[in-house]
Amino acid sequence: MNTNEDFRRWENEILRPFLAQAPERAEQFATGSGLELPRLAVPAEPTAAYSRDLGFPGEFPFTRGITPTMYRGRLWTFRQYAGFSTATEANRRYRYLLEQGTTGLSVAFDLPTQLGLDSSDPMSAGEVGRVGVAIDTLADMERLFAGIPLDRVSTSMTINATAPILLAMYAVVAERQGVPIARIRGTLQNDILKEYIARGTYIFPPAPSLRLVSDVIAWCAREAPDFNPISISGYHIREAGSTAVQEVAFTLGNAIAYIERALAAGQRLEDFGPKLSFFFCVTSDVLEEVAKFRAARRLYARIIRDRFRCDHARCQMLRFHTQTAGHTLTAQQPDVNIVRVTLQALAAVLGGTQSLHTNARDEALALPTEAAAALALRTQQVLAYESGLAQTVDPLGGSFLIEQLTDEIERQAAALIAEIDGRGGMGPAVADGWVQSRIEEAAYRHQCQIESGERQIVGVNCAVAPETATPPVFAVDPAVEARQQHQLAETLAARDAAAVRESLARLDVVAAGRENVMPALLDAVRRQATVGEICAVLRGRFGVHQPSV
Amino acid sequence: MRVAMNGGTQRSRGRVLIGKPGLDGHTRGAKFIAKALADHGYEVIYTGIRRTPAEIATAAVQEDVDVVGLSLLSGAHNTLFPQVLAELRKLGAADVPVIAGGVIPQADIPGLLTAGITAVFTPGAPIEQILAAFDEACTRRRKMS
Repeated sequence: MNTNEDFRRWENEILRPFLAQAPERAEQFATGSGLELPRLAVPAEPTAAYSRDLGFPGEFPFTRGITPTMYRGRLWTFRQYAGFSTATEANRRYRYLLEQGTTGLSVAFDLPTQLGLDSSDPMSAGEVGRVGVAIDTLADMERLFAGIPLDRVSTSMTINATAPILLAMYAVVAERQGVPIARIRGTLQNDILKEYIARGTYIFPPAPSLRLVSDVIAWCAREAPDFNPISISGYHIREAGSTAVQEVAFTLGNAIAYIERALAAGQRLEDFGPKLSFFFCVTSDVLEEVAKFRAARRLYARIIRDRFRCDHARCQMLRFHTQTAGHTLTAQQPDVNIVRVTLQALAAVLGGTQSLHTNARDEALALPTEAAAALALRTQQVLAYESGLAQTVDPLGGSFLIEQLTDEIERQAAALIAEIDGRGGMGPAVADGWVQSRIEEAAYRHQCQIESGERQIVGVNCAVAPETATPPVFAVDPAVEARQQHQLAETLAARDAAAVRESLARLDVVAAGRENVMPALLDAVRRQATVGEICAVLRGRFGVHQPSV
Repeated sequence: MRVAMNGGTQRSRGRVLIGKPGLDGHTRGAKFIAKALADHGYEVIYTGIRRTPAEIATAAVQEDVDVVGLSLLSGAHNTLFPQVLAELRKLGAADVPVIAGGVIPQADIPGLLTAGITAVFTPGAPIEQILAAFDEACTRRRKMS
């Protein structure tokens, strides 16, 4: 029995009230052989450094986890990213994933939808329904969620430049299902800064883009309090080749920029802070990744407390989704990817993620087949139900090595953030290409290490085997483009064109002024204005971003 | 909307354009290949993302490149790669070899080769093989012209 005073205090003030609200999944937790597993292993004599840097889960600095019971209370969400083709076909995959036990939806949109182009736009040729589902109008969005009650499922949407439009569509679909907008749950990616850095689906210049982000944050805080209005993403920064330290620093740097923008718009951190969410990548480098997640949690809590002088625990806690690293998957010996994904998922769980996407083994070849997607989900289920990892909080906490790595990642990331501050913040550091150059250098170094054999990759530069038969891969039906264009034409023919014009004119006025764009967007999507039409109005007002390359 | 690079002081092996057709924003592979080609002695022009096939072909002709490299991870390769070839033909540059890379299913590769793509590389391809393909394509074109 631990008699430490601080531990007692935590039990009484943090744990007990939490348990009263959210009981654990079982009365007792034990290993497979019956040894009791404590909720939280702590040192017999915690030092001052322990209390300062690790402390207890569910309170500042959240190093050990954001809730006092972590997965003993609730497992992480199994959230598999999926979407392709038309809304009808994507809807079928979502229903399949829900039947298989996925606990949250995660929508992939095709590139035209992400870039504000209709399926009939010449620039969309070849891209319709490829990397995600094609959405032109509210009619598509209704088909996408047909038979999926939006009051019972939470939905993550990977959408950025056009995020306010897709959020408006989602809200109207809920309304038409009879679900009040106030009850929708989910997450909008809505992280435009990292699009300029790494992912590339920007449309407008940074200033009006940040205004849209801020409008969504304000609207959600008021109208859809259970919806996370932004998912500040290190994932794509890491996938573009950054180091783990850069991933933490650039992501938290972006968070600082969004918070400053919202504060400048007159919002209060206490109102929107609890709904800021994060998204990280996880590679096979298990020890570094576990330390990275713990360091990110601690550093964010300290930034909120010290930089923004905010003591609200709910603002200080860094909640995040994790996806296994696509760039680590190989086309050679693709079944080996199952092992990589398992290691990566293990690291995410040891690091205390709130939700997880596991990649499928065939994703270096194409979008996943249904069978490969199901196996990826099974990987999470094995970790959750068979591994015992979900029965205790922060199992690696206190390991000399993990704590040393955690300290070092936090220290280096904090130093990099200070350097970003010196460059005037993430806005200027991205605008002049400094951030992108740092990532490109790291990516080049990484690739050179693979080419030289210094970094060993099974099947690529060691344990190479002659290729056997390639597995069957998923193919998007090439006819999908024509089918989607036909559906769009039908919707356009059936709608009230004058009402659409009127709603777009109203949107134009709002975009030119300072009013929140969301009400005008809700009105436009209700009248079946297309994503392309809406973006044409916004492009006219905001202009388009011209990258320096 | 382009960057010229070259890797060092040695005489240039030739000129290469690395293009990103379509809407795909994944640049890690394209940028790595561009830098590796530059380090290998090529003058490299990188188009940046979201170029149309016509823009890429026009840039290739204007820059008088020996080889075009295309990178695409969105799955639109069967549409966009042949369009780049067609645009090159329109501009009388059918002799410029085009090498492609990205997330491209094995099943699609024979069709792309038949359409006139010189070589196709998928994730994990060693850089020596890729550089060798550019060297070979460049040498062949220079002999022909």
